[in-house]
Amino acid sequence: MLSQVTVIVNGAPVVVPSGATVAVAVVLAGQACRKSVSGELRGPLCGMGICFECRVAIDGNLHARSCQVLCQPGMEIDTEK
Amino acid sequence: MGREEQRHFDVLVIGGGPAGMAAAACAAERGVRVGIVDDNPSFGGQIWRGGLNSQPNPNSAKWTERLRRSGAVALCGLRVVHQPEEGVLLAEGQNGFCELRYDRLVLATGARERFLPFPGWTLPNVMGAGGLQAMVKSGLLIRGKRVVVAGTGPLLLAVAAYLRKHGAEIPLICEQASWSSLARFGSALIRWPEKILQGLQLKRDLSGIPLAASTWVVAAHGEAAVESVVISRAGRTKTIPCDYLACGFHLVPNVELPLLLGCAVRHGFVQVDDFQNTTVPSVYCAGEPTGVGGVELALIEGQIAGLAATGHTKEAAAWFSKRRKAHRFAQLLERTFRLRAELSTLALPETMICRCEDVPYSRLRQHTSWRSAKLHTRCGMGPCQGRVCGPATQFLFKWNPDSVRPPVFPARVETLAAFSRQLETQPSEVTGGH
Repeated sequence: MLSQVTVIVNGAPVVVPSGATVAVAVVLAGQACRKSVSGELRGPLCGMGICFECRVAIDGNLHARSCQVLCQPGMEIDTEK
Repeated sequence: MGREEQRHFDVLVIGGGPAGMAAAACAAERGVRVGIVDDNPSFGGQIWRGGLNSQPNPNSAKWTERLRRSGAVALCGLRVVHQPEEGVLLAEGQNGFCELRYDRLVLATGARERFLPFPGWTLPNVMGAGGLQAMVKSGLLIRGKRVVVAGTGPLLLAVAAYLRKHGAEIPLICEQASWSSLARFGSALIRWPEKILQGLQLKRDLSGIPLAASTWVVAAHGEAAVESVVISRAGRTKTIPCDYLACGFHLVPNVELPLLLGCAVRHGFVQVDDFQNTTVPSVYCAGEPTGVGGVELALIEGQIAGLAATGHTKEAAAWFSKRRKAHRFAQLLERTFRLRAELSTLALPETMICRCEDVPYSRLRQHTSWRSAKLHTRCGMGPCQGRVCGPATQFLFKWNPDSVRPPVFPARVETLAAFSRQLETQPSEVTGGH
C-alpha cells in the first residue's frame, strides 16, 4: 500500500499518493490550475514542464509549474484566479 | 542545491533522459568529472518516467544503476535558462540557482509532443497523450474514467495500453494516418525484429480497444472540463462522451537551448557530425533533437556523444552501424505518421492558437511570418515561449519559429542578475518570488 500525503488546495485538504505532483493534487481536487488572460479555465496539458498551463501558487511561490513539483505534507496550493 | 553555487565539470550533460544518461555514464566511466542536469525531479526523461506504484522498465533500471555507479554528479530539479558567457550555463531550481562551467557539453534535451489546435483543445482535461500518461504515473487516478486517445504516432498505442492497465476505459483510439500507411509501417518492421516483439505485446495489451485509422478529433466540448469529443471518420462525424481527451501529434525536438548556443538547426533538427558534434566545437547533441527515433537511437547517440566528448573516438565509431539502422526507423516513423492537410483546417476564427497570450486563429491568419505575428499579436511571447504554438503555427501557416532569446525558460530576475553581480562581489541573499 502506498503512503499518502495531505496537501491544501484552495483551502481544502486533498489526499494524494506519496510522490504525486502538485498538478495531480489540483486535478484530483477537481480544480482548474489557472484562468487564461481572457478568462478561460485551464488545466495541465503537457505534463512535463513545457506548456506552463499548470501554473499555480505553491506555499506563496507564484507561477510554479505544478507538474514539476512533488507534494509535501501540508503544502498550500492556490490555483490562479 | 544551495541557493547559489558554482560547479565545474569536464563534461556537462543537459537532459536526463536515455540519451543524456548514456552520455553521462559513458563519459564518467572514463574517469572525467561529469555532471548531468535535468529539470524534472528524477532522471529517465519522459519515456522512462517511473510510476509511483510500478516496477521500472528493465532497460531504465539498468541505465539508472550504470549512471549511479559511473560517479557522474546528478543534478535534478535544475533548469538551464541562459548562457551568460561561453563555457558557462546558468541553471535555476525551485529555491535558487547554480552556475555550471564546462569544458565539453552534451545536449540531450529530448522532445515534446506536438499539439494541434481544434475548437475546445484548451478545455481542462484535454491533455497530451504523453502528458496524461505522465500525470497518471505521477499519481492521477484514472480508474473508471473514459479517455479518448487521438492524434498520431506509436505513442498513442503505448499510452492507451498504459491507461487501460490502470483502469481507464478507452472508447476509441483515433489515428489520423491511413490504414495503408499503417500497413506499410507494419510490413517494414520486419527489419526491426525487436520492434515486432514490442508491437505484439502492445497488440495483446490493446485487445478489445477499437482503433480507427484516418480518424481525427474535430472538436472538444464541455463546460468546466471536456465532456465529449466530436470525431471525423470517413467523411462523417460522431460524438463520443469522455472524461479526458489524450491527444498528441507525434514529437517535436527541444532545440531552444541548442539554438541559443549557436548550434546549426536544419528542418527543425540539430545538425551533428558522425561523433554527434554540433557545429559548435565542444558541444555535442544526442537523442531526439537530432531526429526523432525513439529510445534505442537515443541510447546509441548518447553513448557516441559521451565517448567522443572524452576523446574515445574509436570506441564511439564502433556504434556507427547500429546508429544507421536506428536512423532508418526514425525515417520510417516520419513517413508513416506525416500529418494530413485536413488537420490544418480545424481551428475556427475564435479558436485560441497561442494559449499563453490567448491569440485566436482570426488574428494570426492575417500575418505572413512568425516574427510579424509575434510583434503584432504577442503570439509565442508568453511563458511557454512558443513551445506549443510554434510547432502548431509551423503546421498551420508554414511559419518558421527558429529564433530564441535568453532566457530560454522564464527565470527569476535574481537568477539573471546574480551572474553579473557575482563577477564583482559576493552575492547577497536571494529574496522574493518571481
